[in-house]
Formats: sequence, C-alpha cells, structure tokens
Amino acid sequence: MAKSNSKESMKVEKEKSMILQKDMVGKLFKDLSMAKQTGKKVVYTFVPGNISELILSFDMLPVYPEINALQSGMRKLSAGYIREAEKYGHSEDVCTYVKCDIGMMLSGNIGPTGEKIPDPDLLLLSYTGCFTFMKWFENLEDLYPGVEIAMLHTPYQSRGEITPEMTQYMVKQLKEEVIPKMEKVSGIKYDENKLKGILENSVKTGELISKIFETPKNIPSPIDAYFAGVYYIGPINIGFRGTPEAVDYYQELYNEILLRIEKGLGPVTPEGVMKEEKFRLVVEGPPNWTSFREFWKLFYDLGAVIVASSYTKVGGVYDMGFMHDPERPLESLAEYCMNCYTNLNLPQRIDLLEKCITEYKADGFLINSIKSCNSFSAGQLLIMRTLEERLEIPVGFIESDLVDPRYFSYANIKNRLESFFQMLEQRKMFAKQKVV
Amino acid sequence: MQTLTRIIEKCKLIAFDLNYFQAKDWKNNQDDRVLIGYMPIYFPREIVHAANGLAVGILGVGDRKQIVKGDAFYQSYICRIPRGIIELALDGHFKSFDGFIFPSICDVIRNLSGMFQILKVGTFVHYLDYPQNFKPNVGGEFYEKELQHVLSEIKKINNVPVTNERLNNSIQLYNKNRQLLDHIYNIRQEYPWRLSAEELYYIVRAGLVIPIEEHNEILEDVCGFIQKEIGEPVDKIKVLVSGSFCEQPPIGLIKTIEMAGCYIVEDDFLIGSRWIQGGVEDNTNDPIGALAEAYLKKSTFSSSIYDIENPKEKRLLELVKKRKVDGIIFAAPSFCDPALLDMPILQKACDDMNVRYVSFQYAENTGQFKNIKEQVGAFSDSIKLWGEQLVEVD
Repeated sequence: MAKSNSKESMKVEKEKSMILQKDMVGKLFKDLSMAKQTGKKVVYTFVPGNISELILSFDMLPVYPEINALQSGMRKLSAGYIREAEKYGHSEDVCTYVKCDIGMMLSGNIGPTGEKIPDPDLLLLSYTGCFTFMKWFENLEDLYPGVEIAMLHTPYQSRGEITPEMTQYMVKQLKEEVIPKMEKVSGIKYDENKLKGILENSVKTGELISKIFETPKNIPSPIDAYFAGVYYIGPINIGFRGTPEAVDYYQELYNEILLRIEKGLGPVTPEGVMKEEKFRLVVEGPPNWTSFREFWKLFYDLGAVIVASSYTKVGGVYDMGFMHDPERPLESLAEYCMNCYTNLNLPQRIDLLEKCITEYKADGFLINSIKSCNSFSAGQLLIMRTLEERLEIPVGFIESDLVDPRYFSYANIKNRLESFFQMLEQRKMFAKQKVV
Repeated sequence: MQTLTRIIEKCKLIAFDLNYFQAKDWKNNQDDRVLIGYMPIYFPREIVHAANGLAVGILGVGDRKQIVKGDAFYQSYICRIPRGIIELALDGHFKSFDGFIFPSICDVIRNLSGMFQILKVGTFVHYLDYPQNFKPNVGGEFYEKELQHVLSEIKKINNVPVTNERLNNSIQLYNKNRQLLDHIYNIRQEYPWRLSAEELYYIVRAGLVIPIEEHNEILEDVCGFIQKEIGEPVDKIKVLVSGSFCEQPPIGLIKTIEMAGCYIVEDDFLIGSRWIQGGVEDNTNDPIGALAEAYLKKSTFSSSIYDIENPKEKRLLELVKKRKVDGIIFAAPSFCDPALLDMPILQKACDDMNVRYVSFQYAENTGQFKNIKEQVGAFSDSIKLWGEQLVEVD
C-alpha cells in the first residue's frame, strides 16, 4: 500500500483568497446578527438553485439552513442538535440536515460565529432538486408561525432538457409569487435594472468558477475539486454570487491557482502541499461534514486527488454551457435553478460524470453515498454500474452521512478506500506492463 | 350467484396479481389499447382511459415476492417500494406495458424514473411534475401541459385521437367511481363491521389494475350488499390511519389494527383513488382544464403537496371531525421522508386540539406484528377506558 505523502510543512500559511472568504463570511454573519437593529430583512432559502441575486436586489440578507447544518457538523455540534430534533418527534430515518437545523433552532439558533441568527422575515422555498426541502420549510413554518412564505417550484429536467414551458412556469412564479412577497417583506419595489447589474457580476463569477474547476485537467491537479472545492463554492452558495466581493474573491483564487500550475504544485491540504499525485478521482455525492478533516486525510495521505465532483455542482452547473444572462434576468434565474446537478435526470447525471472522468483523465470513480440524501443516493448504484460498463473504469463505493456522526465509520471507510486504491494501483501497474 | 364474499375473494386475487394478467388480457383484446403503469400517489387516469388505455397502479411487491435483484440497486437506508418495482421490471412483469408515469412525490420515486430510462423499461417514462403553485394561470397551465405531454406520448404509440367527448366520458366514469368509493366510506363510518378494512382494501386496490367500468360494477354491488345490516358490531374505537399513502402496509398490519380493537374508518392507503374530493366537471369544452382545476382546487391534503394557503394539519383535524374518529394511527413506512417529516407537524396539531394518536413505522414486507398489536391494543383500551369526548375541532 502507498505510504503517506510528505508535506511541505504542518504549519500552513493561509492564502489571500482564504482570508478574503473568511472576511466575507464573517461580515455576513455580523450583518445577520445586527439585522434587527439595522432593519435589514432576513430571507431563509436553500443552496441548490438559489436566487441570491434577487434577494440582493431587495437589499435583504440570506440565511441558508443547510449551510448552518454543515457548519454545525464541522463544529461537532450536530449530534446534539439532531438529538434535540429527535426528542421533538423527528424520526431517526429522515434527513439529518433538517434535524440538525431544527435542533439548532430549538437550541437558540446560534450561528457559527457564536451570534444568534435572526428569525426569518421570509421563507423563500426555492424547491430545486430535493423534495425534502419542501418538507423542511413546512417544518420551519411550523416553528415560525405567521412568517411569510414564497414558493418557487423548479420543474425537474425529467426529459433531459429545459423546455420553454418550464422556464415560463418559473418566470410566472417569480413575477406573481416571489417578487410580490419580496416587495411586501422588504418594502422595496422590484428594480429590474438593479437585478441586471447584479447579474453582470454573476456572469463574471460564473466565468471564473468555470475556469477554476477546469484547472484540475492539469497534471498534477493544482486543486482538490471536492474537499477544497467545497470551500471554493462557498461564496456563490451563501449569497455572494452577484457581488463585487465574489468577483474579487474568485479572481484572487484563480490567480493563486494559475501560480500553482506555473510552479507545478499540487493541491493545498490542511497539512500542506500534496507532493505526489498518485490517483485522480471523480467523486459523486456530498462529503461527510462531521469528520471532514479525517475523511480528507484518508485521500491525501494516499496521494488521491479529486479532479472533479458532482457535489460542487449542487448550487448550479456551468459545465453544460449555462451562464447568467443579464438581458433576460428572470429567465436566467429560472434556468440557473433548473440547471442544478440534483435537478438533472439520472441519464444526464451519468453523461456529466462520464464527461468529467474522460476529460479530467480520472483513474477511478468513487461514490460517497449519503444516508440522509435520497436526492443524491437513490439510483447511485445504477449510476456506478453504468459508468463502470461504459468506461471500464474502476469504481468504488463508500457510505457515510452529512452531519450525523453516528453514520461515519472511520474504519469501514478506510478499509474500503484502501482496497479501492490498491485496485487502482494494480491497474496502473498492469497498464504500465502492457506498454512495456 | 354473486355474494359479497365472492366479490372480495375476486378482488383479493386481482389486487395482488403481480403479473397484471387482467390488465394484459384487456390490452390483448384490441390492437390499439395501451397499458400505462403509474406509481403512487395520484395520477389522473381519465386521460389514459380517453386514449384507449388502462392506467395500472404499481404499488410495489409488498410481502408477496422475495426481492433479490432489487436490493442490488438500493442502499439499506432507502425505503422498500422501489426495490420491488425494479425487481418486477427486471423479471419481466411489465412486458406489454407501454409507458410509465412517476408522479412527483419524493426523490426516490423521482430517481426511479431515471432508472427506468436507463434500463429502457417501456416505450416512454414520464416524471409527472405536479405544480406546487395553485394559481390556474401559473401552476394550472403548467399542469395542463404535463397532461398534454402524456397524451402525446400515448398517441405516438396507438395513434388514437383524444377528443373532448372521449375525455368527458372518461371523467364521468371516474366521477362515478369516486362517488361510489365515497359512499362506501360513508357507510363504513357508521357501520364499519359490515365490511372490514382489509376487505375494503382489496376492493379499492383491485380498481387500480382493471378497467374502470368493471370496477364501478364491483363497487355498485358492494354498495348494495353493505346497505343492509350484515355482521355484528364489536366494541372497538374508530380510527383514522395516516402516513401509508405510498409504500403500502402489509395486509397483516391492517388486520392487526382492526384485531387490536380499532375500526379503520378513514385511511390514506390508496389515496390516489380518492384524491379528487368531489366531482370533476364532465361536460366541458376543456376537459384537460377541468382536470387541472380539480387538481388545484379539489385535491386532498398530502405529504407530497405544500399548499401554503391550506395547511394539512388543519385539514387532518377537519377529517377527524368529519369521520368522528376517536384517534389517529400514524403509520409510515421506514425511510419515507415525506410521511415522517410531516409527523411532528401533524402530531403537534393533534396535541394542541387534544386529539389522541399513536405512531409507528413499518415496511411493506413487515412480518411481525406483535409489538404493533400491543401498541394499538393499549391505545384502543386507553380510549375505551378513559377516553373523553373529543374536543371540538373548529
């Protein structure tokens, strides 16, 4: 079995982009904690298919319950919150993001910075690619009786396409349901020109993100597109898409990555720069948050780099040619929602993963199947089998959960990964012998 | 001579025929007939009927077939129903089915539609995206286009033109079916001993796999039999069962509840058959519009719908009052996000209004009911011994 990679240094210096992101997130939570004093209205909404540009155009602040849940997972608070929700009557079987979020609210709704997250003025149910979101907000409505609710139903791409009827349906909902509710809550009139201006920044952000996630095509890959990737998608998924700060952040990040490519450097890990890239993987499914560092370490210790992942496309997919269009603001928001990874049908998901495996020259395909997330998990075994048959590529399968530590079995995952990496190594060896 | 027992026996055979022989025989009698399978919960079968087709309800395999292949497609933490459906598909039970409809009820059923696409089961697979917007010019319009798409897929197969006249006729037949079912439920509310919940289940479920004309005849006969006094009343409480709308409870579970001191006078087992509350306009120039309007305005409450203006907890309590039940049994399948995530909301509403309830989980192939019997028995006894009149629900 492969030995651990040596690292440049255990003390890792933060790059400028990391500091920029930390400041952005810190400011958002500060603003949220001050919302009642400043009079800013607060909108709870979801990451996939988020229409943060529209929220920004009404000068409101977004809260993403699943971001709170994953932050709680990383801060080892989720187990307690989940217990609270189960005491409240939630089944052990259901989504742990929901339970973690509800448990957090029942425990005072203290956010990652230690400050209270304000109650919502509007629940914006942008119901995209996950049926459980709908149930989640029904529960939130129950916890915040009387709160305004706006429903934005995103049609599923069941036929593998976005039809004009689907876009029209969404635009009508935006015009007749979402925008009037936002006007009512914020007291601000909808300003299309303002939205167009915000969307211009979204285009810049989208272009930069596309370029960033293209860079793992380099060998060695300068980034890990899964474990580090989840940090990279942070700003677009917590409300900064469409802001000048996001454009600056992604420009800085892109410059840093270009520099890494120039120097031939591998990805930055929590223990420094990865020296040797042994395996290139494409990963399907969200990561585990409660043991995120240990989970990541299992990969970089063995020289495995994730060159593409489906999870980083959960907030929106740019790979299939989508880019915001400021000249069609509402249509463009609708198309963004419909283009989220989990809103794609299974054949589309397979095609997209195939494209990643081929174009990024992956050695293997791995699924991290999440107990909580049927939207991702149901059908994954068929996805895996289809890709294995189509590409004759080694495939691996591990199971964990988002934020319930009861479902993260370190030894089990380590065992499975080691076997998977052995398989990859042998395959590489055979390939080399064949060439000789 | 037709007797109620014979009708029930016949329905029992039809309801659990996983080869769908009746439906296939019906199709074989005429060249341009089609079979369209549909998953829970609701699907407007009228449109398939008008296109010379039979919509066949697919409800999993229950405890009637051992799952071997299906388990290889699903992780342990996903509910049972899709495993059985995949098993049926791989074992060729859907041969001669033309298309499949997957109503939007949860992520598992949604992704199952993609699995059917990949496995190339049927000529077409359609995920029917039910609108969560209830305005006629927004959600209604979208829904009409969804229905028209299904019709266009069927037309590609059998080339049968679907006229307004045909649609109106189909709506009339399904209106009659809904009326008859309603009538049976109303009789059972007063005289539940005349027909057990198990027997009613066979009768309703059989209607999902045979032509509507035939089912209406069965229901008319059943109504005739249970109008008269038959059987003996027993000292049981009346309950409503909620949460079993998709993956079906095993028959043993329904029997257990009734044997443990309860009459089930309301349930959501096969709620698709009674989804539309009341009739759909059946003499109109726009029958598709009428079906859409019925969906928007006359749908029952459900875990698959978030009608912001019309909360389901309020509607559940209205149903409690309408059916004059003594309590609610929340019975949901394991790993069913829609049903299980509704529980705290519904139970809180029950607590607020002093409506008594008990809850447990099951799987379609659950085989042991001792615990459930004890739990339901204790629930029934507690109400019989110490129950007070229900608090008025306004």
